[in-house]
This record gives sequence, structure tokens and C-alpha cells, in this order.
Amino acid sequence: MHRDPMLKESPSQTAGPYVHIGCLPNLCGIDGVYPEDLGARMYADGVRGQKITVRGRILDGTGSVVRDALVEVWQADAEGRMPGGDPRGPADPAFAGFVRRAADPETGDWTFDTVKPGRVPWPDGRLQAPHATLWIVARGINLGLHTRMYFADEDAANDTDPVLARIEHRGRVATLLAQPEGPDAYRFDIRLQGPDETVFFDV
Amino acid sequence: MGDGTFFARDRGRHPPALTPDYRTSVTRAPARAPISFPPSLSEETGPVFGHDLLGPLDADLIRNFARPGHSAIGPRIFVHGRVLDETGRGVPGALIEVWQANAGGRYRHKKEGYLAPLDPDFGGCGRTISGADGSYAFRTVQPGPYPWPNGGNDWRPAHIHFSIFGSGFAQRLITQMYFEGDPMIPLCPIVRTVPTAEGIDSLTARLDMANTLPMDMRAYRFDLVLRGRRQTLFETRPEGG
Ligand SMILES: [Fe+2]
Repeated sequence: MHRDPMLKESPSQTAGPYVHIGCLPNLCGIDGVYPEDLGARMYADGVRGQKITVRGRILDGTGSVVRDALVEVWQADAEGRMPGGDPRGPADPAFAGFVRRAADPETGDWTFDTVKPGRVPWPDGRLQAPHATLWIVARGINLGLHTRMYFADEDAANDTDPVLARIEHRGRVATLLAQPEGPDAYRFDIRLQGPDETVFFDV
Repeated sequence: MGDGTFFARDRGRHPPALTPDYRTSVTRAPARAPISFPPSLSEETGPVFGHDLLGPLDADLIRNFARPGHSAIGPRIFVHGRVLDETGRGVPGALIEVWQANAGGRYRHKKEGYLAPLDPDFGGCGRTISGADGSYAFRTVQPGPYPWPNGGNDWRPAHIHFSIFGSGFAQRLITQMYFEGDPMIPLCPIVRTVPTAEGIDSLTARLDMANTLPMDMRAYRFDLVLRGRRQTLFETRPEGG
């Protein structure tokens, strides 16, 4: 059975500069409405896998840091299972798979703790390289930007990844690689424009 | 649950990245076209939020920040509708988060400098989760229009920001709801980033006198449409399954 689209998707509008009020109210001083902000923690005690910390900044076309961005992360657990209904079986119950973070309003830095994701299958059964999906909204961004963070220390897996293989300009692959910076720590900067513009995806 | 992959996004439905009349987009719009790929499990799945997330006043912006015995100032309204997908089915379990200015057009935010006063009884955030048929509702006060720095005499029409999670991360959407009959709508550079008049119309809530609560609050009706899934297996589940 097959259904065709009959309605049209609601058009996107920018999240604007006050996105924190709705998405991270405790962070912006609106206390007491929700007990905690959504997406506060990627994992609970007892999570399986290698715990890592990712740090980064988002830069605009002038090289200025974007201080008002909101970033959401969605990724597999250490075994490559997706929380939220993986048809192959349940993910690590201590792993949420989702965090939401704001760029620091002064420095623009943002960070999250997670575990290094396992490999998720492509529709044809091949394995994708370890990656996290990132979704970025901010003032001046009209439609949320989807990108992926891969790991620079996963050369063999990256070389056969079906999504990275779609990037014809091979020099741009590097924009998707988080770089190790110390034990269990990675840096991933996102450039919205310019010669090193991050690869964004239409998924 | 990944029970079918998504229809390709009709990007002509959405604002382009670069919209120079909305000036901030000039330095934040990616210059290169996004690279497409068919959704995998990473995009077909998404975080699941249960009703246990919600507190009793989460969907009541009139009272969820108010001091005991007080309520927010402004025209009381009830906003309701359904979250649908492109195939017309209701989307159950969709987390909807909203935020808005108060009735004077002032946000409760450090970066906000408009001279209209804060309302001590209004925070400006709320959330709810759609029911089995995709229906949702929340109570609030109608927000005021406000001026914003964009190089000219630009004012935002009254609006409520919406963030919606469907069942897959590929459906993630943030948009804004406007109010039927507001003469500020066609003047706004952010509204005008939407490429079609029909698209703007679809973001405009309708006054719904039939559902107005007499002597209490007017109702506005606003439906949201998320991307739909192409069914790849036999459809054995009931509506909303
Ligand atoms: Fe706004």
C-alpha cells in the first residue's frame, strides 16, 4: 500500500534570538516552569561505551562567533542502536541519544558529553561510520541546518561511509570531522559560510 | 519508529537560506546547496517524549509563571489544532514547545531591550504533547507586536514561536504562528522569507468562534504539517499507529 503526499509541510521560520525562552527556559532565567530543560543529559549512570566530550563554536561568514545558536544532537549508542525505536532491538537504556545545547551568550562556545557512537546501518545493510546528527537553529537561519559530526580518528570507517561518499568536493569532507584534542575529547567547529563552509545536508 | 522513510523535503516550500531583506541571514546563510541523501535510521528515528514529561501547567502560559492567585495580563486565548503529516494522518506524541512575547510585545530575555514592560506573571514558554489523533491545545495571552533592528522601521506581527518534534529527527521543525487579520503580516521581512502566499496563509491561525469559551477566552485554530513517511511495509496499524 502506498500513500502520496496530500498536504504540504508547514513552512519553517527562524527560531529568532529568543529561542532559549521556549527551548531552554531554565538556562535563560525562567525558573520554575519546567523542573529541568529538555535534553539536559545524553546519558545516565551505567551507560556503556567510551565517554567523550565535544566542544565547538559556530562561525558566520565574517568569522564572527554565533552566540545565539541552539544545537540539537541525535545519535546512536555505543553499539550503533538508535534510542526511540530501533527495529533491530532496544538501545542502551542509560543512553538518551538526544541533547540540546545553547552557544554561550558571551563566548559562543558550546559543549556536550556523550559516548562515541557505534555504527548505524545504511538502508542497503552496509555500515555507516560513527556519526552524530546535529541540527542548528539561530537568528538569521531560516530553515534548521542538518549536518553530521564524524570522527577524524575513524579513517577506515569514514573511507567507506555512504554519506561522506556523496561529497564530490573531497576537500569538504574534513569539515565534518571532529578532531581529537586530548584524551576522550574532540573539537567540532561549524562554519556557516566561507571557503571552509561546513557540509550541510538535505535529508 | 522507523516504519517507512520520509518523502523528500519540498525545499521550495521553505524560505531559502539567503533572504537579504532579513539582514541577519546574509552572513549566516550557507552559500552552497545542501547535499541530499536518503534518510537512514539516524534520520528516521528521533527522541520520544512521554506525557510524564509534562507538568499540570505546562500548556497554560497564563498561569505557569504567575504568582499564586495571579495570571498573565493580556487578551486570553486558547490555541488548538492538530499535528498532521503530509499524508493527512494525525501525528501522535509530537512534543510542541512554544514561546512568545507578552501582551506588550516584550520578551523575558537578557538580550531583549524593548521599552514595553515585563509582566511579572508571564514567563513566555509552554509545551504539550499531541494526542492519539494529533490534536493539541494550550492557553496563553495574545502577544503584542514589537519593533526589531533590521535596518528600517521593521515590526514583527503578533506571533507565537513553535518547535515540533515528530517521530523522526528528519521531521524536526521550528516555525511561527500568526493571527488572522493582522495587517502587520504582509509587512514583515521574516514572514516574507516564506516563498508562497499559500505558505504564509498556512502559518496564519484562524479565529475559531465555535470553540471560544464564553465569557473566558477566544479560540484560535492552527494546524501543523510535518513531513510524511512513504510506507514500505503493509499498513497493518490503525490510524496514528
Ligand atoms: Fe519573536
